[in-house]
Amino acid sequence: MIDSLTFLLAGTLAAATPLIFAAMGELVVEKSGVLNLSIEGLMATGAATGFVVATVTGSAVAGFTAAAFASMLLSFVFAALTLGFLANQVAAGLAVGILGLGTSVLIGKQYEGATIKPIANIDLGFLSDLPIIGKTLFGQDPMVYVGIASVVLITWVLNRTKLGLIIRAVGESPKAANSIGYPVILVRFCAIAFGGAMAGIGGAHLTLSYTPLWAEGLVAGRGWIVVALVVFGTWKAPRIALGAYLFGAVSLLELFVQGQGFAIPSQLMSAMPYIITIIILAIISRDARIIKLNHPASLGVPYTSGE
Amino acid sequence: MKPFQLVPRTQQSLAAQLLVPVVSIILTLVAGSVMFMLLGKSPPAAFYAFFIEPLTTRYGIGEVLLKMGPLLLIAQGLAIGFRAQVWNIGAEGQLLLGAIVSGAIALQFETSDSAWLLPSMVVGGTLAGAAWAAIAAWLRTSFNANEILVTFMLSSVALQLLYYLVSGPLRDPMGMSFPQSAMFGDAALFEPLVSGTRVNTSLYLALAVTIVAWIFVQRSIPGYKLLVSGLAPQAARYAGFSENRAVWLGLLIGGAAAGMAGVGEVAGPLGLLQRNISPGYGFAAIIVAFLGGLHPIGILFAAFFMALIYVGGDMSLVSVGLPNASTTIFQGMLLVFYLACYLFVNYRLQRRSKKQLISASSGREGSTQ
Amino acid sequence: MTELLKLDGISKIYPSVVANDNIDLSIEKGEIHAILGENGAGKSTLMKLIYGVSQPDRGTIYWRGKAVQVRNPAHARALGIGMVFQHFSLFESMTVVQNISLAVPGSLSDLSKAIIKAAEGFGLPVSPDTLVNSLSVGERQRVEIIRCILQNPKLLIMDEPTSVLPPQGVEMLFDTLRKLAADGCSILYISHKMDEIRSLCDRATVLRDGKLVGTVKPSEETSQSLAKLMIGREIPHASHEAATEDGEVKLRIEQVNHTPKDPFGTPLNSVSLQVRAGEIVGIAGVSGNGQNELMRIISGETLLKPPSNGQITLCGQNTGRLAPMQRRRLGFSFVPEERLGRGAVPDLNLGYNSLLTGLENGLSSMGFIRFGKMKAMADECIAKNDVRCGGNSARASSLSGGNLQKFIVGREMALTPEVLVLSQPTWGVDVGAAAAIREALIKLRDAGVAILLVSEELEELFEVTDRIHVIFNGHLSDSLPTRGTNAEQIGHWMTGSFVPSTPAAAAS
Repeated sequence: MIDSLTFLLAGTLAAATPLIFAAMGELVVEKSGVLNLSIEGLMATGAATGFVVATVTGSAVAGFTAAAFASMLLSFVFAALTLGFLANQVAAGLAVGILGLGTSVLIGKQYEGATIKPIANIDLGFLSDLPIIGKTLFGQDPMVYVGIASVVLITWVLNRTKLGLIIRAVGESPKAANSIGYPVILVRFCAIAFGGAMAGIGGAHLTLSYTPLWAEGLVAGRGWIVVALVVFGTWKAPRIALGAYLFGAVSLLELFVQGQGFAIPSQLMSAMPYIITIIILAIISRDARIIKLNHPASLGVPYTSGE
Repeated sequence: MKPFQLVPRTQQSLAAQLLVPVVSIILTLVAGSVMFMLLGKSPPAAFYAFFIEPLTTRYGIGEVLLKMGPLLLIAQGLAIGFRAQVWNIGAEGQLLLGAIVSGAIALQFETSDSAWLLPSMVVGGTLAGAAWAAIAAWLRTSFNANEILVTFMLSSVALQLLYYLVSGPLRDPMGMSFPQSAMFGDAALFEPLVSGTRVNTSLYLALAVTIVAWIFVQRSIPGYKLLVSGLAPQAARYAGFSENRAVWLGLLIGGAAAGMAGVGEVAGPLGLLQRNISPGYGFAAIIVAFLGGLHPIGILFAAFFMALIYVGGDMSLVSVGLPNASTTIFQGMLLVFYLACYLFVNYRLQRRSKKQLISASSGREGSTQ
Repeated sequence: MTELLKLDGISKIYPSVVANDNIDLSIEKGEIHAILGENGAGKSTLMKLIYGVSQPDRGTIYWRGKAVQVRNPAHARALGIGMVFQHFSLFESMTVVQNISLAVPGSLSDLSKAIIKAAEGFGLPVSPDTLVNSLSVGERQRVEIIRCILQNPKLLIMDEPTSVLPPQGVEMLFDTLRKLAADGCSILYISHKMDEIRSLCDRATVLRDGKLVGTVKPSEETSQSLAKLMIGREIPHASHEAATEDGEVKLRIEQVNHTPKDPFGTPLNSVSLQVRAGEIVGIAGVSGNGQNELMRIISGETLLKPPSNGQITLCGQNTGRLAPMQRRRLGFSFVPEERLGRGAVPDLNLGYNSLLTGLENGLSSMGFIRFGKMKAMADECIAKNDVRCGGNSARASSLSGGNLQKFIVGREMALTPEVLVLSQPTWGVDVGAAAAIREALIKLRDAGVAILLVSEELEELFEVTDRIHVIFNGHLSDSLPTRGTNAEQIGHWMTGSFVPSTPAAAAS
C-alpha cells in the first residue's frame, strides 16, 4: 500500500513536470495576447532533440539546452507567421504544430525506440529515505524542482514586476501599449520565443527522465492538454501547476489500475486524461464572467502597428 | 525610409487568391529540395519520386484519387466551419466514429446482399460523425468550452474507442485474437471505379458533396450567415444570426463529412475494421481546407495535391528511401507558406510614391544630377 | 514668450488621402492652443505626427528651437510631450498606479504618493489602488491626465477631451488645464466645439480638408465666425415643427432591469420609456452609463429574461424574448454605435453588407441570395446617401468612418421602419452629412416613424428631438419636452442629480 502510494505521489510530480514547463511558457505567451497552439509540435521537437543530443554527448544539460534551443527556433516560424504575416493564430499554430511533429520524427529517425539512462534523482540522505514523502519531495530528478521554481518565478514576474506589467499590458490592449511607447511586436516575439524554449524543455523532460526513450508520437497529445491547462488555471500560474499535477495523477492511474489487476479496459484508462480534460474544461468555462475577467483581452487577435 | 509599405486592399484580390496557393506550393518545393539535400538525396530524383512517379501509372493515379476522396470530403466540411471561425480540429475522431458505426452495421448484416446495406452504412456513418462533433457543439454552446480543445481530445478518445472495439466486441472471432474485425460482405463495399486500381465509387460522394458545398457557400443564405458569424461575430449578433446555430452547423457539417469519409475508408480499400483506419486524413484535411482558400473549388485542387503528397511519400519511401516523416513535413510547410503568402490577399506591397522618396532623400538625388 | 514647438510645412500623405498638407504651427510656452477642425480635417493625424505615432512625409518639426524627428511616442515623452487620447490608453485589468507605472519610472509606493499629490494640486481626485475597470469615463480621463502630468511635460496634447464629460465636468477640466498652463506647460487642445475653444484657448489654428485655414484669437471671434472658418460656409441647421403628440405608442420599455454578462458593463435599473409614432425621443448622457446595454436590449442582441426583468413592447407586441430578426419583421430598425464590426462586416463588400439586415426585404428567395437585387440595393444606398466609395464591391473596411456611417444609416432607413433606433448616428461624420442625416430623421418623423436617438452631443439632441431622457449609471430619467428645457438642466441631470440616492441629487 505504501509502495503504491509512493509510486502515485512521486510519479505524479514527475509526470506533471513536462506539462508544467510547457504550460508556464504558454501562459506567458497567452498573457502577451498570442494563442500558440503549436505546443504539441514544439514539445515533440524538444523531446527528439533533447534525446538525440543527450545520447550523443552523454550530457543531460546539453540535451535540455539543445531542446530549448530547437523548439525556440521552431517557435520563430510561428512568430513570423502571426506577428509578421498577420496570419490567423489558430491556423498558424496548427501549421507549426504539424511541422514540429514531422521535424521531430526526422530528428529522431536513427533513434526510434532507443532508450537512455534517465537523469539521476537527487539524494538528500535521510530526507530522501523518509517513507512516502521522502521519494516524493526529496528524491526527484532536478528538473522537477526547476519546474516548481519556474511556477514561483513566473507568478512573481507576472504579478510583481514591471516586465510582467508590460507583458500583461501588451496582451490586454496592444494599441494602448503601443501608444505609451512599448514595442508590442518585440514583446510578443520574446514571449513566443520563451514559450517555445519552455515547451522544448518540457518535451526533453519526457524523453530524458519520464519515459525515458524516444518514439514517434511520444508526446501523445500532452501539448494540447497544456493549452487546456492554461484555461483551467484561468491564466494563473499556481492553479495551472495544480492542474498539471492532477493530470500527472490521472495519467499514472492507468499503470496503477493495471498493476492492481482491475477489470477496466486499458483503453478506457488511456482515454481518461482526455475525457477528464473535456469535463473540467466544460466546468471551468461555464462561468463566462470568470473567463472574461481573467483571459487576456486581445488573445488571438492579430496586431498591426498600422501607420 | 523603407521603399515599400503594406497597404490594405480595398477589394480582396482574386488574382492574389489564385496565386497564393500556387506560390506556396512552389515555396514548399524549394524548401523541400533543401530538406532533400540535407538528407543526402538528390532533389531531382526525390522530386520525381514524390510528385511525378505516382502520376505515371494507372495504379498510381488510382491511389491518388483514392486518397483524394476522404481529403476532399472532410476538407469541404471543415472549410464551412472554418469560415464561421468554428475550429473543428478533430475530424480524425469523427472519421473514426463514421468508420466504427458503418463497420458495425456491415458486421451485423455480414451475410446480407441487400442493395440497402451500403446506403444505410453511409447514413449511419455520417450521422455518427456528426454526433461525435455534436458533443463539442453542445459543450461549446452550453458550457462555453473551447471547441478546438474539445474536438482534439474527442479524437483521442475515439481512437481508444476503436482500439477497444477491434480488440473486444467487434473482433473477428476466427481471427486468432488479431485486433481486427471480420471482412465485410460484398454488399457492404463500394464498387471499384477503374479496374486495376483501388479507387472506388465513394469518390462520387466526395464530388457530389463538393457541388453541394459550392452552392451552400456561394449562394445560400445559411452559408452567408455562417460567413458573417466568422468574420464579425458582433455584426452577426446585430443582424440576428444566432452564434449558437453557427457553432452547431459548423461542427455538424464538418462531423458529418468526416463520418462519411470514414465509411469510404472501411467500405473501400480496407473492407474491415482495424486499428489503423486513417493515415491522418482528419488533420491533413485542415491543411487542404486552408490551401483551397476555404473555397469549394480551391479545395478540389488542394485535395488532389495533398493526395499526391501522400502517395508520393509512400512511393518515395520505397524507391528513394525518403523517410516517411517527409510527408508530414511537407504538409506543415505547405500550410506555413500558405499562411505567410495569404497576407497578400488582403494587403499589397506599395512602392512609396516617387515624390515621397525624393523628398526624403532629396540631398542625394540632387548631387547625382 | 518663447517658442516651444514649431511645425514648418508638415505634410502627411496616405495612399488614398492627403491628411496634412503643408501645415505651419507655432506654440508658445504656457499657451493653450486650439486645433480646430471638423472630423476628417486632419487634426488627429497632425497630433500623431507631433507625438511620434507616425512620421511626416515632408516638413520639419522644431522643438525648443531645434529640428527633431520624433521617432515614436517614447521619444516624444522623453522630449517632454504628453498626450491624452480620445479613446483612452489605459489597461482595465490593472490598478491606477500600475497603469501609471507603465509610463512613469519609480516604485509603486513612490508613485502612489505622487499621484495623490498631483491629484490634490490639480483638482483631479483619484485613488491609486482602484482597478481601472471600476472607474467612470471621467475618472479615467483624470488618470490619463495625471499620468501625463507626472512626466513633467512641457507640452500636453488633449484630443477632444470633453466628449466624455458632462458639462459640469468640463469646467473642472478647464480649471485643471488653466492651472497647468499657469505652471508653464503648453497645451494643445483639439476640438470641434467652438464655445469651449473660445472660453479656454489663447490661440486657435483652424484646419479644413487637411489644409491650414488660419490662426486666430478665439476670444475675438464669435462661434459663428469660427464655425465658418472651420467649415467654409454657414452651418446648415435643421428647423422643424413640434411633433404631433397623439401618435400611437410604437416602442414601450417598462421597468427593465438587467445585469450584463460583461463584468465591466453597466447594469440597468428599472428603465422605462416610450416612443410614439411621429416623434423623436432623445437619450442624453455621458457614454458608458448604460446606453450600450439598453440599446442591446432594445435591438434583441441581448434577450431579457421575463417576467421579473421588465417588458419591451414593439408595435404592440411583447418582444423581450424575440430575436433581432423577428423584431425587424415587426418594423424595427437599428443603427448601432460601432460601425465597423457591428453595423457592417469589415471584410465584406457593401453588397454583402446590405444583405446583413436586408435579407428578408427581397434580397433573398427560398434561402438563396438574389445577387442582382442585393447589388441594386447597395448601389441605391450609395447614390442616395452620397457615400464616397469604390462602388458596391468595395470592402466596408475601405470606407472612411463617415462614409460607412452614411451607408449604414441609409441602409436602415431603406428598410422603411416603423421604429428606428440610432446610437451616435453622426459621430465622425462631416458637418454637411450630419445635417443631411438629421434632416432625413425629421422627414421620417413627419412620415410617422417613431425614432429613438442616443447621442452624446447635446446640440444634436436639442436640434432634432421632441423629448429628452437622460441616462446615468444605468438609471433613465423621466423625459422633458425639448422645447421646455435647456442644456443646463440636462447637463445637471447628466451628473446623476435625477437619481434619488446620488450625492449630486442630495446637493441640489
